[in-house]
Amino acid sequence: MRYAMAIDTKKCVGCSDCVVACQVENNVPIGHCRDWVIEATSGTYPDLSMEFRTERCNHCTDAPCVRCCPTEASHIVDGGIVLVDANECIGCKACIESCPYDARYIHPEGHVDKCTFCIHRVEKGENPACVSVCPTKCMYFGDTDDPNSEISQLLRKRKWKTLIPEAGTKPNIYYLT
Amino acid sequence: MIEEIIVSGRMNPEIDPYLHVWGWEIPFYLFIGGLVAGILFFSALYTIRGKENEYPSAVKIAPMFTPILLGLGLSALLLDLSHKLYFWQLYTNIRWESPMSWGAWTLMIIYPLTIVWSALWVKDVFPKWNWRYQWLEETIETIRQYKRQMAWILMVLSIILGMYTGILLSAFNARPFWNTAILGPLFLTSGLSAGAALIMLLSKTTKEKHLFARIDLMLIGTELFLIIHLFMGLLAGTQVHIEAAKLFLGGEFTNSFWIFVVFGGLIFPATLEILELRKIKIPHYISAILVLFGSLALRFIVVDAGQASRWLY
Repeated sequence: MRYAMAIDTKKCVGCSDCVVACQVENNVPIGHCRDWVIEATSGTYPDLSMEFRTERCNHCTDAPCVRCCPTEASHIVDGGIVLVDANECIGCKACIESCPYDARYIHPEGHVDKCTFCIHRVEKGENPACVSVCPTKCMYFGDTDDPNSEISQLLRKRKWKTLIPEAGTKPNIYYLT
Repeated sequence: MIEEIIVSGRMNPEIDPYLHVWGWEIPFYLFIGGLVAGILFFSALYTIRGKENEYPSAVKIAPMFTPILLGLGLSALLLDLSHKLYFWQLYTNIRWESPMSWGAWTLMIIYPLTIVWSALWVKDVFPKWNWRYQWLEETIETIRQYKRQMAWILMVLSIILGMYTGILLSAFNARPFWNTAILGPLFLTSGLSAGAALIMLLSKTTKEKHLFARIDLMLIGTELFLIIHLFMGLLAGTQVHIEAAKLFLGGEFTNSFWIFVVFGGLIFPATLEILELRKIKIPHYISAILVLFGSLALRFIVVDAGQASRWLY
C-alpha cells in the first residue's frame, strides 16, 4: 500500500479551501498551517502562464526527516504516511532543516508538526479533509500500489510532475499538468 | 524562463519568509564542540608522545576548561530544544543514520571522560589540591597509570567530535550550502585551530607558544585550502549549489565571511604568527583571540547561510 495525492493544476483555482479545511479538521494552531497554496507565474510578459498548487508534506518514500531524526519521533507507518510522535519529539528541528519543501513547523507546544494525510480519516476509509472539501474536485487521494485505483489510472493517463525530484526524496504528491 | 512564486496562506513562524529555526545556540555549540575537540586532541597527542612536562599548557592546563566549556555547549543545545522535557528521548534510541544521534551519544561518552581527564592533571596544575576522600585519590591514581591508553581513546573521540560538528550540517541535502562533504574536515580543522589558539593563550613558555603558533599556521593553511575547495565544489555543482556559493560571492554573506572569517580569523592572525616566529615582538594573544573569534564567526555564518540557501521550485 502506498498512499499518494494527485492535484490537477488545470482545475485548481487557488481558493485555499483545502488550507482552511485542514486547519479546522486538525485543530492547527492559529498562525500556522500544514498545507498552503502557491501561485507560480512563469514566462516573460506578455507570454505568461500561471499555475496554482496546493502543497503540503510530500510523504516522501526516502524521507530525509525520518532519516535525520535522532529519536524516531519522525517515522513512516503502513501506507507510507510520514508522522511525528509528539511524545518522542525533542524539538531539535533537524527534520525542519532536512525538508526541502519546508513542510514542517514547530507547534506552540514545542514538538514538530506537519500534514498527516488526515490518517484518522483515512483509517476510516474517508479522504483527507483537504481532498473532501475541494470545490473544483482537483485533488485525488488513493493507493498508487493498486493499479485500479483512481489515482493510479490518472497517473497513467495524464502528464504529471513532482516537486524537486532531484532532491532524491521520492515525493508522493503528484501535480497533473 | 522567469518564474515568480507567490505563497499564500503559509506564514509559519521561523520557517517563512526565511528559514531560521536554528538561532545562536547551534553555532555556539558547534564552536564549543570544535574547541573542546581541539584541546582534547592536543592534550592526548602530547600525552602519548610523553611531553607532559614540556608542554604543560596543552597537556594539563587547557583540559581543565573542557568540562566547563562542554557544559556551556550542552546548555546551549538544551536551550535550542523546543520540547525540552523530552530531551531524554535522545538516549532511548541509537539512530545510525542520524548525525544528531551520533552527536548525542558521542557527547554522552566524551563529557564524563573530560571530567576524568582533567581530574588526572588537577594536582599538577594546583599543587595544594586536596581530594578529601582517600578512595577518590586512589581511584584517580589508578586511572593515571592508564593515561596513555585513555589518551588514545580521547584522540579518536576528539576527531569524531570535531568532524561531526560539520557532518551534522552537511547531512542536510535540503540546504545546498551545507550539503558538501568539505564541512566535516573544515570544521574539524577549524576546531583544532581554535584549540591550538586557546593553548597559545594559556602558555607561559616561548617554546610551547612557538610550537602551537607553527601548528596553528599549518591548520590555517589547511583551512584556507578547504575553503577554496568548498567554493570550487559548489560552483561546479547544480544551479542551487551555484546560488548557495553566490551568497558569499557578492550575496548577503560576502562581507561578513571574507572580512571576519577569512581575513580577520585566518589571514591576519597567520601573518602575525609568522612575524612572531621571525622574532618580531607581537603579543601572541592577539593572533590567538583573532583565531578563536574567526572560528566562532565561521560557525555563525555557515549556520545562517545554510538556512538561507534552498532548492528552487
